[in-house]
Amino acid sequence: MTTNEIINPENLVYIKPKVMNDTPMHYCPGCSHGVVHKLIAEIIEEMDFQDKTIGIAPVGCAVFAYKYLDIDWQQAAHGRAPALATAVKRLLPDRLVFTYQGDGDLAAIGTAETIHAANRGENIAIIFINNGIYGMTGGQMAPTTLIGMKSSTSPNGRKVELNGNPLDITKLLAQLDGTCYVTRQSVHTVASVRKTKKAIRKAFENSMEGKGTSVVEIVSTCNSGWKLTPEASNVWMVENMFPAYPLGDMKDL
Amino acid sequence: MNDTKKKSIEEVRLMKGNEAIAHAAVRCGCDGYFGYPITPQSEIMETLMELEPWKTTGMVVLQAESETASINMVYGGAGCGKKTMTSSSSPGVSLMQEGISYIACAELPCVIVNVMRGGPGLGTIQPSQADYYQSVKGGGHGDYKLITLAPASVQEMADHTVMAFDLAFKYLTPVLILADGVIGQMMEKVVLPPYQPRMTETEIREKYPWATLGKPASRKSNVITSLSLEAEEMETINLRLQRKYREIEKNEVLLEEFSCEDAEYLVVAFGTSARVCQKAVELARSEGIKAGLLRPITLFPFPTTQISQYADQVKGMLTVEMSAGQMVDDVRLAVNGRVPVEFYGRMGGIVPSPDEVLKALKDKIVKRQLIEKEL
Repeated sequence: MTTNEIINPENLVYIKPKVMNDTPMHYCPGCSHGVVHKLIAEIIEEMDFQDKTIGIAPVGCAVFAYKYLDIDWQQAAHGRAPALATAVKRLLPDRLVFTYQGDGDLAAIGTAETIHAANRGENIAIIFINNGIYGMTGGQMAPTTLIGMKSSTSPNGRKVELNGNPLDITKLLAQLDGTCYVTRQSVHTVASVRKTKKAIRKAFENSMEGKGTSVVEIVSTCNSGWKLTPEASNVWMVENMFPAYPLGDMKDL
Repeated sequence: MNDTKKKSIEEVRLMKGNEAIAHAAVRCGCDGYFGYPITPQSEIMETLMELEPWKTTGMVVLQAESETASINMVYGGAGCGKKTMTSSSSPGVSLMQEGISYIACAELPCVIVNVMRGGPGLGTIQPSQADYYQSVKGGGHGDYKLITLAPASVQEMADHTVMAFDLAFKYLTPVLILADGVIGQMMEKVVLPPYQPRMTETEIREKYPWATLGKPASRKSNVITSLSLEAEEMETINLRLQRKYREIEKNEVLLEEFSCEDAEYLVVAFGTSARVCQKAVELARSEGIKAGLLRPITLFPFPTTQISQYADQVKGMLTVEMSAGQMVDDVRLAVNGRVPVEFYGRMGGIVPSPDEVLKALKDKIVKRQLIEKEL
């Protein structure tokens, strides 16, 4: 069988979503961002929402999300994505509006914007990548950095007396009356990728049905920030991140 | 009497400057207001909430959790090609500077109202003009300018709201209405602008093809951003911004002159100070001092050329501000040492009286001229 014979529509088992561009990603090999981007692209395509979606990109590693997904984007100042999304959705109520934010963006500098958008029950979806570190700026301590976890600004490990406690902001968001769906997922196995896809799809559908704010946290790896191989990062995440940030739905109304 | 005239007479209303801004915003087809309460401008959002424009024009009004959120909501709305605005007073506007810098770089149209109060810090709720530097010299980080309008009456609060949106969309830049507590709080007669419909989405897509309204198959995706990591690219953006600011300087200077034709002494003041100075000029004239008033209506672009021309006519200038003296720098740059330029001002929320201004004019400019003549 020749190569050309193999390239045949009936042999097709997988195709890159049309909503994804061909731009090579700047993400490190082993990083979770690429997988989550692809899931979002697939869902937008499946919902036939390419012309109805406005994404809000953060500051952090995903600042360039707009290079990879072929939809309209606004890139926000650090932490302000939920404020932008609030206005976009209120002015264009029939559009799908989502933010894509990291832990520094969402749980430190943007805490107020996140909590208040969620508490108002803005009909937006918040995709929250939690890898416990500032990736873009070179591996500094994040609000979600674990106790004892090393980072460039906690070189001897995070200490409560010096750095305070890790912030489980997703648990906090689940307490708010404005959220309709709050879940914590991961993308480190095939099964978890499938579950995350379902979660993001539900979040997007909730937004369109006007049910309130949906939050999908994805506990993620940052192997370059964690100074581990991609494979070791997955193991480390399961052993250390999951006990502190257990997976599953926290709220599903 | 024609219909338009009849209609405008009917629509003469008595209201506060802050209320006039709210009414004008709804009438000129504003799509969204996002704000946070702060004295002395809270009537803007209060009036909008009472007007409930979402039931009539469809305008969105939202009380945000902070000024930071407000200005970023404005960014989001402006990025969709919508007419969006916010308002605040000095400390709140300081908090907005991050967002304003982003909006200027992303070249988004919007209107920001600053009803100034005395600072620094929490300061006072009394009127001030001490945010001149912040308004016209940048405010936030990076090289950018805001078109800055300085209303001096309730009528201008209404008129400038309409004009600010027009300029914002003409140049794709944030426009600042720089009022102060007096103009915001005082009640005067005002003729409100006529109603104009909000832009339809089709109109926005046609006129502002960069707007993020959702990507149809027919075009590339739109991205609103202020990020450009490559230095050469970022310099290109900066050069484009600077070209825009030169264009604005060429086309959009506005000022008002009062008793200037034969003036030997020129008073330069904006906003509330200009109202006080007009009276001071009248008092000076009644004493035989040939004084005139130049009131910049746009602070950026600044009427540099016009002030420079007066340096060939007058013997001296007095700049009057409710600050330690900020605009006086720009007057001095325009005059470039050809005639003396002196300053008189009050701070911390105090409005100078016409008598004080007259005395300052005599002491600092007129007497000095006489002494120099005798020597």
